[in-house]
Amino acid sequence: MSTQADLSRPAGGGHDADEEAVAIARKRASEGKKAEAKLGMMLCAPAALVMVAVMAYPIAYAFWLSLFRADLRTPDQNEFVGLSNYVTVLSSPIWWTAFGVTAFITVVSVILELVLGMLLAIVMHRTIIGRGLVRTSALVPYAIVTVVAAFSWRFAWSQDLGWLAGSSAPLTDRWSSIAIIILAEVWKTVPFMALLLMAGLALVPEDLHKAAAMDGGSAWQRFWMITVPLVMPSILVAVLFRTLDAFRVFDNIFVLTSGANETSSVSMVAYNNLIRGLNLGIGSTMSVLIFITIAIIAVVFTKLFGAAAPGSDEGGRR
Amino acid sequence: MQNETGKSKLMWLVIDLIVLLYAFIPVFWIISLSLKDSATLNDGNYFPRSITFESYQQIFANNDFTRALINSIGICLIATFIALLLGTFAAYAVARLQFPGKKIIVGMSLMVSMFPQIALVTPLFRIETAVGIFDTWLGLIIPYITFAMPLAIYTLSAFFREIPWELEKAAKMDGATPFQAFRQVIAPLAMPGVFTTAILVFISCWNDFLFALSLTSTSAARTVPAAMSYFQGATTFEKPTGPIAAAAVVITIPIVIFVLLFQRRIVAGLTSGAVKG
Repeated sequence: MSTQADLSRPAGGGHDADEEAVAIARKRASEGKKAEAKLGMMLCAPAALVMVAVMAYPIAYAFWLSLFRADLRTPDQNEFVGLSNYVTVLSSPIWWTAFGVTAFITVVSVILELVLGMLLAIVMHRTIIGRGLVRTSALVPYAIVTVVAAFSWRFAWSQDLGWLAGSSAPLTDRWSSIAIIILAEVWKTVPFMALLLMAGLALVPEDLHKAAAMDGGSAWQRFWMITVPLVMPSILVAVLFRTLDAFRVFDNIFVLTSGANETSSVSMVAYNNLIRGLNLGIGSTMSVLIFITIAIIAVVFTKLFGAAAPGSDEGGRR
Repeated sequence: MQNETGKSKLMWLVIDLIVLLYAFIPVFWIISLSLKDSATLNDGNYFPRSITFESYQQIFANNDFTRALINSIGICLIATFIALLLGTFAAYAVARLQFPGKKIIVGMSLMVSMFPQIALVTPLFRIETAVGIFDTWLGLIIPYITFAMPLAIYTLSAFFREIPWELEKAAKMDGATPFQAFRQVIAPLAMPGVFTTAILVFISCWNDFLFALSLTSTSAARTVPAAMSYFQGATTFEKPTGPIAAAAVVITIPIVIFVLLFQRRIVAGLTSGAVKG
């Protein structure tokens, strides 16, 4: 279109033509920008629509449901109850036990994952033999379906059946069950953590280590003074993501204990109310509370540590 | 000196071995369980004394399992395809174009990836029963697409940023429209990235348990992870340990082989999407 505009314009006198050319170029540039903006929005629209339709609308609906007595076993007694579901849940010991268990599992497994993940990252980064083999096998836990790994751990710790259990039955006791849940979580996610940290390790210049070593820094000092500060952004992102992920723990608990002996996580309790108990009001209330907790964790994390989330544009554009 | 490198080689060999054991011990254990016969199933040995394929014959003779396997494969393939298609469009825009609302799409993906899935279970359950897609393939495909979308957008946009800009400009100078530049220049260059993302997205769908458990009620759409938790023993008194182990192996082996084959790319995909700068 713009080419046509060019052709229709007869070549004018020197100076004027120059100015006009500039104006046309400007106009073209702004048209180009407009076209770019339009294309950008068009390309994002389908993805955005799906996300809004499947996330925003249902979460609003969940909030709405949480204000009602909505029990599928007694459908004729549904009525608006305001915030009374929240009072019920927040004064229920079952909820707070589950909350405590979830928080405990989250904190312990993220700490273990960070330590083991860092070790594994260093191994994958530094090993002088079989680097490919090590990296490949480290991906195996990541690739395995969580439920499959959970069954493997459950059988391993089952009385008589399992090679780890012998004649003991650790999955019938609360704290040993929680320990096994943490083991299953950690086993599965250490490799993922390690991969994120390894990407950070690759950014640490080798020269810095050499210089520090020459100045007499021990390996331990170099790790804390050079590696850790430089890998910090990777660490924060990895910890934030794993914390949010761990707080949602469900699969492992469902398979390992089904929540027996007070080992339910908040997701387990909500699931039991929703699907097993068909109490949509209470279940939705719990869902909303979990959503709020996750949001608080995310906000506190980003504000406190300034963790730049992946994709948060400026940080990611290099 | 010679001795020194020999020592450090030995040290790394031991460390590598520990990593291998770490990764494979639970995997070999479930394989070994799936190969034990019913007499030795409960002997507590890590390795089977004798090998039998009884459990595999049992699950493949079971319609619920074969149906679940078909469901898993079909649902995950379709969801992966759609998530990838929409994700590619969005990621291209995020990586290459300046437009209003870019921050919104990035922020939205971030929120989705942090979202607690359990919070969607009730509303989706209600909506899907009302619309009539509860317990169907579509009923699972929709949430899978949504939860896979952020992964697709991040990973792909990271890959897209690595593609040389100049080629696109050159194509535009040769008279290509922005869309042509996308289709004919960038898309072929982006194929390796798209392929890697496809694997990651497929794995995340394949791994789902919560939706498969709560948005299905029969074997019509139940995927393998959910079906496994409903397995029955051959008799009422027999625990379904063997069949569960066999089913676990069946859904694990293809993924593990895939990951081993494309290890390098997957590492690149997992890290590029998450940590940059």
